[in-house]
Amino acid sequence: MNFEEAATEQPTVMVAPEAGERVLDVKGLDFFYGKNKALHAVDLPVARNRITALIGPSGCGKSTLLRTLNRIYDLYPGQKAEGEIRFEGENVLGKMDPALLRARIGMVFQRPTPFPMSIYENIAFGVRLQRKVAKSEMDEIVERSLTRAALWDEVKNKLNQSGLGLSGGQQQRLCVARGIAVEPEILLLDEPASALDPLSTAKLETALLELKDSLTIVIVTHNLQQAARISDYTGFMLMGRMVEFRPSSDAFVKPETQAMRDYVTGRYG
Amino acid sequence: MNRYLRRKLLNGIFVGITSLFTAIAVGALVLILASLIINGFSGLHSTIFTMDQPPPGEMGGLRNALVGSLIMCLAAMVVSVVIGILAGTWLAEYGDNNRLAGVVRFLNDVLLSAPSILVGLFVYEIMVRPFGGFSAYAGAVALAFLATPVVTRTTEDILRLQPGALREAGQALGAGKGLVIRSIIWKASSTGLVTGGLLGFARISGETAPLLFTSLGNPFLSLKLSQPMASLPTTIFQFALSAYDDWRALAWVGAMIIAVAVLTTNIIGRALARGSHK
Repeated sequence: MNFEEAATEQPTVMVAPEAGERVLDVKGLDFFYGKNKALHAVDLPVARNRITALIGPSGCGKSTLLRTLNRIYDLYPGQKAEGEIRFEGENVLGKMDPALLRARIGMVFQRPTPFPMSIYENIAFGVRLQRKVAKSEMDEIVERSLTRAALWDEVKNKLNQSGLGLSGGQQQRLCVARGIAVEPEILLLDEPASALDPLSTAKLETALLELKDSLTIVIVTHNLQQAARISDYTGFMLMGRMVEFRPSSDAFVKPETQAMRDYVTGRYG
Repeated sequence: MNRYLRRKLLNGIFVGITSLFTAIAVGALVLILASLIINGFSGLHSTIFTMDQPPPGEMGGLRNALVGSLIMCLAAMVVSVVIGILAGTWLAEYGDNNRLAGVVRFLNDVLLSAPSILVGLFVYEIMVRPFGGFSAYAGAVALAFLATPVVTRTTEDILRLQPGALREAGQALGAGKGLVIRSIIWKASSTGLVTGGLLGFARISGETAPLLFTSLGNPFLSLKLSQPMASLPTTIFQFALSAYDDWRALAWVGAMIIAVAVLTTNIIGRALARGSHK
């Protein structure tokens, strides 16, 4: 059986978290880049205060799926999503204001994207968008965010220096700190470690594991060990379809579909 | 002759021809700069910057022309930088998949290579004739017409170099598109935007034709924008064609000053641009 058949003909193997645990619930999501259909009726239940990993070969649609969750695809005319993304009773794809949505669902990108301003201002920027904050409170928010992103000790003496002067790994953790400073309920990460060395990756993973006490994380990764190390649930995607979604502890030990078995054992790609 | 030797020979001939023509191009530039510097330096003396242009046969300088050029170029740049940066930003950030943007971009490119004498005539028709006289205002407007497309184009190019992820990152925090452009994208492009301004300045500082129809020239120092005003290029034009040796010597000095100014501005602009792309 080839991969395409595996993806299109088999029903999704889904071992989902209880409905009450879900903070975000994607149902029957289709996505289009112009006329190209990139996602086919995808379901994704996201459990609160858990890390959900999305894995699959390049082009399988995992980043596309992630980018629908905060409607960042909206920036590009010609891209459109159909279906339902339930977020605390509301449909993300409905009339929600995207700016307010994105304040509640933060995002970290593949390449670090520090703003061309000081480390302090990088974090203050997002906070100021939402409310007026006194200097002393802002100081606390900056310190708390950097601490939670496991970066505080490395930058506490140079908060006024440019964020662009940091190393790649530090920049990525600065982006995490910036994302959590606005206290979102969910943080989306799109291959956040793909440009980082192993040590920086380990620091980032430590930060993510501590963060899940206070927020929900969805992470797209090409690194299967990473998914197995940090995630509670894993979704395996192929050809724009969700093929298998299960608790990570089971998913990596005994994948149920042939396709995922092939992928995790390296027989594909 | 075997194929290898033949290829080697042909390659040698090709390299030789391209080198020769490069040498011709560079040689012409060196000759121009050398004659400017030799002739310009011999006429350079302390009164160039302190005295206005003299009647033939008397001591004098180029103060009125230098001041006039600076005033009109700076006034033009204020207008050009504001219009150019905003228009370039619109083209780069809002002009995708937009037919109007395509038209604007095309017209801007046309204006970029429009003969400057046409711009001079145009401003003569819309400002000098209706308002009844030559003025520094008209000169500055003509120069602004020439500098704006340069700034617009550089701005668009520079903003397009900024990664899309930076725009997404700003909006992913809940910021609006306008705020992301103003506080993130412009900041990230700041050296490039300065470069655009410098290139525009270099473009207009030696322009003569548009000024002949607009600010005309003035033998005296004038700071009134509503009156005719001297400028280096028009003074050079007038003096270089004159019959007096001392006027022609002043024209050489003026030409050297413009050349050095344009060269310096270009070098600074390029150095900044290179620094920002690292």
